[in-house]
Amino acid sequence: MIFNLLRLFLLPMLLFVALFSGQGLAGTKQEIKIAYLTQEKQVPAALSNLEPFIADKGLQGALLGIEDNNTTGQFTGQNYFLRPEIVPLGANVQLAFSALLKEGYRLIIVNLPAAQLVQVQQLNNNQALLFDVATRTDAFRQAQCLQDVLHILPSRAMRADALAQYMLKKRWRHWFLVIGATPEDVLYAQAIRRSAKRFGMKIIAEKKWLHSYDARRTAQSDIPVFTQVDEYDVLVVADEQGLFGEYISYRTWLPRPVIGTQGLVATAWHRTHEQWGAVQIQNRFKALAGRSMEEEDYATYLAVRSIGEAVTRTKEVDASLIKAYLLSERFKLQGYKGKPLSFRPWNGQLRQPVLLAAPTSLVAVPPLDGFLHPKSELDTLGYDRLETQCQ
Amino acid sequence: MKIKVILLSSLLLSTSFATAETVFVTLEKDNAIAVVDPIAGKLLKTVNVGQRPRGIALSKDQQTLYIATSDDDAVIEVDANTLQVKGKLPSGEDPETFAIDSQGTRMYVSNEDDNQVTVIDLSSKQAIQQVAVGVEPEGIAVSPDSKWVVSASETTNMVHWIDAASNEIKANTLVDPRPRALSFTADGQQLWVTSEIDGTLMIIDVVSKEIVQRVHFSVPGLGQEKIQPVGVVIDNKRRWGYVALGPANRVAVVNAQTFEVEKYLLVGARVWNLAFSPAQERLYTTNGASHDISIIDLQEHKVIKSIAVGRYPWGVAVKP
Repeated sequence: MIFNLLRLFLLPMLLFVALFSGQGLAGTKQEIKIAYLTQEKQVPAALSNLEPFIADKGLQGALLGIEDNNTTGQFTGQNYFLRPEIVPLGANVQLAFSALLKEGYRLIIVNLPAAQLVQVQQLNNNQALLFDVATRTDAFRQAQCLQDVLHILPSRAMRADALAQYMLKKRWRHWFLVIGATPEDVLYAQAIRRSAKRFGMKIIAEKKWLHSYDARRTAQSDIPVFTQVDEYDVLVVADEQGLFGEYISYRTWLPRPVIGTQGLVATAWHRTHEQWGAVQIQNRFKALAGRSMEEEDYATYLAVRSIGEAVTRTKEVDASLIKAYLLSERFKLQGYKGKPLSFRPWNGQLRQPVLLAAPTSLVAVPPLDGFLHPKSELDTLGYDRLETQCQ
Repeated sequence: MKIKVILLSSLLLSTSFATAETVFVTLEKDNAIAVVDPIAGKLLKTVNVGQRPRGIALSKDQQTLYIATSDDDAVIEVDANTLQVKGKLPSGEDPETFAIDSQGTRMYVSNEDDNQVTVIDLSSKQAIQQVAVGVEPEGIAVSPDSKWVVSASETTNMVHWIDAASNEIKANTLVDPRPRALSFTADGQQLWVTSEIDGTLMIIDVVSKEIVQRVHFSVPGLGQEKIQPVGVVIDNKRRWGYVALGPANRVAVVNAQTFEVEKYLLVGARVWNLAFSPAQERLYTTNGASHDISIIDLQEHKVIKSIAVGRYPWGVAVKP
């Protein structure tokens, strides 16, 4: 059955590929085919309906990247093409990935959770270069290294380090850590503990949030009781899904700021960011997508732009040559954050400043002045070469 | 007695001559321009002009100031003497910078959000053409012989060579990431281009349109990532070139013959754009983050004064 299905799809696809490459030969343009693999998501539980669920996070950024690459391509003789593959809920992502490989895609942007990224990476066998635009998983940057995968978003460790640098600058060194119930919250808390140790912070108390998610009960009555611990400077909340974190601000026993996954957050991109030309891309994105640019959109945009930079500079379209260029010291990507972005060759993590943002204002952009590094100050955020087992 | 009178009058004459020079600075966040007497070292006044003024230049007869008010989507015409707004040019959306040809007949405007350059006929005040260029065009310059209009696109990382006769792109030069500003040498032989992200200055040969020199900057005790070259100007004799290094807070003095960096002059914070005095004995710098301008003496290569002007000074033009 599956074979029949494959055959059914494969034949027209082969025809399509033949036609496509025929066109490429006829014209003088180089064709660069990029696939974007993601899966539909169930609308997650949320605290309120204030922020609408966005179904196309990531896709719009990739489309903008393709548009920008093609603007450049008209002068350099290259044409970029995006093939979005959006797997329906419940369908098999691995099958879709294999199909993309069979169709000849060697540059694949993967917007999937950590477990699924590992599954598709295991099918890859050094065939394609994958751009992970979704995970923050520290393990992928530290011990469980994934061959042929570039990670665009900052890891949890990079985010926690960014917060810690700012806290050190403010001398808010005593932290009260509140951890949610999901496995991701536990990972976030681990990153916070690592950064606290790294930057000499003191976690004076750690508490798990086990209470109900009902606003009428939790908000006013439980949080003041829950937050009665020893003296501290800031409350660090680990609630990646946003199930209770927003309740904490203004309701703590002591009047203290909230940082972490709510309050002051560490992020790759934020709608309040407008320095270093960022206002230009914010405008272009809004015109295209009709909404603000999210982190995943920024990541897919950078993935497509990285490919564009590599192709423009090297005039090569082969994935292995693109990978070699991206991991070399020659690669410098303008990412609207004031510093050239590049990849850490040891774990494929994109080096980048991390934005610290409150809901309507940008507070700081670490790495902050004074945090020094022998090679790149950007490497003061996250796992440095000596702290990783990746090669 | 007679000698004294002559001396006094010549003294008066020379001071009145010197004070005739006026520096105009656009203030991005004040929606205004600052009018400065650089000899007296004084901010004379601040005049509202429109939203987010950035690029600024004088007409050939020095009687009109052109100012790009980006958020009003216009280039406005301001009387350089009365400072009254007297007109508006059809600049296209979000004009940031512009350049005027040497005859003073045409203006070329960068439309950053639309990836195009608008060509305006200054006598009829009509937009006569829009040229599609790369992503986020910013720096723009016209060659001294008015043959080439060169536009730098910040995200495409290219300078586009537009033939001024046909308004068509005839060549493209791939440059280092995020090219910001560009400037022709007075002899028209070279184009100097700065790369903000790579921290370089590129010298492009106008005939071959290829990069023939790359200048790197390094300031002891300052991280390489702080060096973000922006504005660039070269003196008429092609002896010295000057490059504003953004958050490095310095202007680099480049020997325009050997391309050695001879000196770094400490100015204000986030130095952005540069302009010569009419006889090129002084250089004015806009310092975006310290809200002032610096005056550099070019005989001594020394910073002699800084003058507070207002919030986020961006562009600068000098009227003799």
